Amino acid sequence: MAPLAIETKGLAKEFGATKALLGVDLKIPQGCVYGLLGPNGAGKTTTIRILTTLLKPSAGQALVLGLDVVHEAAKVRQRVSLTGQYASVDEDLTGYENLVLIARLLGSSWRDARRRASDLLDVFGLAEAAGRQVRTFSGGMRRRLDIAASLVVKTELLILDEPTTGLDPRSRNQVWDLVRMIAADGTTVLLTTQYLEEADRLAERLAVIDHGRVIAEGTGRELKASIAGQTLHIQVADAKRRVEAAELIARRLGAGLLAPGDDVSLVVKVADAAIAADVLHTLSQAQIRILDFSLGAPSLDDVFFALTHRPTVTSLDPIGVTP
Amino acid sequence: MSQDSFDARAAVLLSPKQQRPASALSAVTTLAWRALLKIKHVPFQLFDVTITPIMFTLLFTYIFGGALAGSPDTYIQFLLPGILVQTILFITVYTGVGLNTDIQKGLFDRFRSLPIWQPAPILGALGGDLFRYSIAALIILVLGTILGFRPEGGVVGVALAFGLVLVFSLALSWIWLIFGMIVKTPESVMTTSFFFLMPLTFASNIFVELKTMPHWLQVLVRFNPVTRLTDASRGLMHGQPVLEDVLWVLGASALLVLITAPVAMRMYHKER
Repeated sequence: MAPLAIETKGLAKEFGATKALLGVDLKIPQGCVYGLLGPNGAGKTTTIRILTTLLKPSAGQALVLGLDVVHEAAKVRQRVSLTGQYASVDEDLTGYENLVLIARLLGSSWRDARRRASDLLDVFGLAEAAGRQVRTFSGGMRRRLDIAASLVVKTELLILDEPTTGLDPRSRNQVWDLVRMIAADGTTVLLTTQYLEEADRLAERLAVIDHGRVIAEGTGRELKASIAGQTLHIQVADAKRRVEAAELIARRLGAGLLAPGDDVSLVVKVADAAIAADVLHTLSQAQIRILDFSLGAPSLDDVFFALTHRPTVTSLDPIGVTP
Repeated sequence: MSQDSFDARAAVLLSPKQQRPASALSAVTTLAWRALLKIKHVPFQLFDVTITPIMFTLLFTYIFGGALAGSPDTYIQFLLPGILVQTILFITVYTGVGLNTDIQKGLFDRFRSLPIWQPAPILGALGGDLFRYSIAALIILVLGTILGFRPEGGVVGVALAFGLVLVFSLALSWIWLIFGMIVKTPESVMTTSFFFLMPLTFASNIFVELKTMPHWLQVLVRFNPVTRLTDASRGLMHGQPVLEDVLWVLGASALLVLITAPVAMRMYHKER
């Protein structure tokens, strides 16, 4: 097995009476993109702040690149880059100045810092906006600048806290491309996300975290396989009859819905296609009109619901996503 | 993304090697450079620094000058060293406001996750403040000279007085830094700080002689370090320095830093 980029054992964190982490165990191999998936308040950001030395754990241990985050904090800071949840760049400065600032702080000469800033702005498609104050940047531009600031020196481990929260689809795709590019460069990337689709598409492995604990770990495929059988998605024509339909199905199958879906859709776990047909038949006998249905392998949404028994941010809603 | 452009991008990303992070001094000067850039990009923040003191000097000199000292011309000799003290003490609040803004914007997390000397962001910000104080002092002094202020201590006396004000201001800044880490928004840093600054500067001898106040107030005002600072500045600017006042201010500044700086640094290292 590849050496570990991150290893935590029983990582716990309390803020007064609030228990943010209840014992997180992670083993993240080097050279991969690893996703930490969970709803708001699950403990993702707390975990990341401990890994980047911004917080001290209440209990447990965390090794980052083999270094203890508490006792070797300075060394950890030297080898790990963090891009926080909110673009942490100086809004009053220009994009170029922000990068020169970070490069200088990381020990570059003024000349190298300037060159590095220009190169990065080019790579990140920000060359034209380089001389503008960051407060005039769009959300996507800020996020790209923020990630660029984390790559001013070669980093072995890049940690991104919700890199695409609040971005429009185009910017999100740009960030995804960047993450793939950085990973192809040999850097280990740890990212947190509330979006299942993002974790599924970017991360080779992922841990699902909820209420301060890791509740599942593996590749996206492994997690999906953990729900046996297939998933039947049904869309009813009449929203008023959705509850009735759900009750009928529950009675027929002896099991409830997998995920609540929206007010006209139902998601049901079925063992095979014959049972799916049976469910559809039951509904049509009750004269509940079906607009659409599909049968397939469970999505990460379904997995998430099966693991946590509560709904989450389901798909990538482009605008108006609360951070 | 074509393979070619991908390789070019990857090459840029790969190019830097790990390097030794900036030295403590270099980190502080770089962060002071940042503070100066902020002034360059947001010149509006100099508005408070320049307009308010001009307004105060003009108002007090011409509206109260006659009543307080017989004539505006006599009063400005008394007022100007005090106005300089008041102006600069008021601007020290921005140190706390700036820190608070950085915390809210997540910039402090970035700085704290960098392998730099940890107090550098605070000291760098104080470095940038020195520039702001100098601008304000220059404006007050030029305006004063136009209005008839003639310091008998000459350039040296004025420079020494300004130096003393700087020492006390940098000491006072640590209190606002603490506020900056306690309260939630930059606006409340401003409000909280002014709540302390108002009595501190007005219950002093900046605008009027101590002996015009009721006796009980005189006792209080005499204990106000701003009174001592104003006395010391007047002495230095007018060529009659009082060693006791100067030492008193230096002592108060040292005491202030000894108490507040460790508290501020501990809070700064503490998680939030």
